[in-house]
Amino acid sequence: MIDGSVFLRRELMIRFVRAFNNGSLETELDRFPVEMRPRQGNSSRCCIYHDRAVIKYRLMNLLGFSCEEETDEARTLASYYREAMTREKPADITGRLPLSVCEAGCSECPSSQVVITGNCRGCFSRPCMYNCPKGAISVVNQVSTIDYTKCIKCGKCTSVCPYHAIVKTTVPCETACPTGAIHKDNDGHTRINGEKCISCGKCFAKCPFSAILERSQLLDVLKALKNGEKVVAMLAPALMSQDAGPIEQLFTAVSRLGFTDVIEVALGAEETTAAEAAEFREKMNAGEKLMTTSCCPAYVELVRKFIPDFRQYVSTTPSPMVFAAGIARRKHPGCKVVFVGPCVAKRVEACRNGIDWVLSFEELFAMLAGKNIDVISCEPWPIPRPAIDRARNFAKSCGVTEAVISELGGFADDFKLEAKAIDGIDRKTVTTLKMYASGKLPANFLEVMCCQGGCVNGPCSLRK
Amino acid sequence: MKKMQLEICCGTTCYMLGANRLLNIENEMPSDLRGKTDVRALPCMGLCNEKELAGAPYVKLNGHVIENATAEKIYAKMRELLEA
Ligand code: FES
Repeated sequence: MIDGSVFLRRELMIRFVRAFNNGSLETELDRFPVEMRPRQGNSSRCCIYHDRAVIKYRLMNLLGFSCEEETDEARTLASYYREAMTREKPADITGRLPLSVCEAGCSECPSSQVVITGNCRGCFSRPCMYNCPKGAISVVNQVSTIDYTKCIKCGKCTSVCPYHAIVKTTVPCETACPTGAIHKDNDGHTRINGEKCISCGKCFAKCPFSAILERSQLLDVLKALKNGEKVVAMLAPALMSQDAGPIEQLFTAVSRLGFTDVIEVALGAEETTAAEAAEFREKMNAGEKLMTTSCCPAYVELVRKFIPDFRQYVSTTPSPMVFAAGIARRKHPGCKVVFVGPCVAKRVEACRNGIDWVLSFEELFAMLAGKNIDVISCEPWPIPRPAIDRARNFAKSCGVTEAVISELGGFADDFKLEAKAIDGIDRKTVTTLKMYASGKLPANFLEVMCCQGGCVNGPCSLRK
Repeated sequence: MKKMQLEICCGTTCYMLGANRLLNIENEMPSDLRGKTDVRALPCMGLCNEKELAGAPYVKLNGHVIENATAEKIYAKMRELLEA
């Protein structure tokens, strides 16, 4: 069984693409919420009306508008559609974020708190009381009670209670966010602070109400393909770890969508490897102490926004996506390029680097579903020059490091590469990075991946 | 005994809506059911059209259609057929 919110998101995408292909999207959009939650049917939330509102906002994001852009609640989806169909480029997201909170979908979870549950038996040894560093717990009428003016939410009591009677509640998006960018405003609504958000997508992946939405560029790609524009699809190497079928068949499937060509971003990763190794040699020979990778855009954003002192160490080598776009454009002059991957932050990087569009794996598969293209029925595509394995491994943690090490093997240098990796960015690793920035350098080569395990576990992965 | 025929739809729609979780079902079956089926992955069975989209993923067990298929639903149907 897949997660209900993932199901809804994917179901909507498929309906959206099918309607677009039938030429009926404009007329159907405003009917979707009602058709998907009819009067006699079941609701996933309190009632069908609430469900319908959320579906509407999800569609708005699929059209490329965030909920925050709504100024007129009565504006129809058809009208957003018409605006989207006339735009030249998807909304510029520099300065604006790809992610936003859908107020209608957000459950406005109560702030994190330590709570004594009904399982408390008012025991005699009272470990909660004796272990509380602030003396915030007392026993009243045979039940432990917390004085919230004293409680610092350290959670010690939760781990010592023999009955597991004390829990610390959390707000999943706030807990997942490594930078404290998502928070409740004074009006009680959850918002994302654009100055702090690094677009890592962790809140998007962790919200159990799926209330964080991603401003999509799906319609822009569908439109370009329909108009017969030259568009090259660039598939991120993480696609190979999605259990979606052999890459040769995936290539055929994707090409049937009408793309001019399909290329592996791993070909760009080969160029990144060579350039990264060359940059590393140059820096070490010049006496520098550390270089970090730069292919994870959420990490690059993190440094830019929070650890400016660390910026000098981040490699200036372009990412595999940027190199791949170069390959595509040399091969097909004048083409548009679309990066397809599991990453939210790539949307920001793409915007900064002139990549035309970004699609998530889910959106790509919705396009396949919309055309009834089955990967397992596709003939293998004779990939003219498959990328080498170490480049395809960029999507996994330590993949970049291994590729650079093997590239350096060909040189006889005086220095030795000492690698260290940060596998997953969270609050703790942000502190670690800040410590490194203050001068306690860990090694001379540092790989940082925002998603634990690497891009294969990205927020828009298909493995859900 | 004749093995039951378990056909898992691996069309893209079903795959996205949950069939990806069923691909390994043969190895995950409880011991009383293991070895009693022939599992095959099929392309789109044609059941995911507009109206029935929400019923994906589809699975057929000896021709019986199971909608919103999960491993548990499949096991239940297998036991039902075994007892019959
Ligand atoms: S994809 Fe399964 S029935 Fe169409």
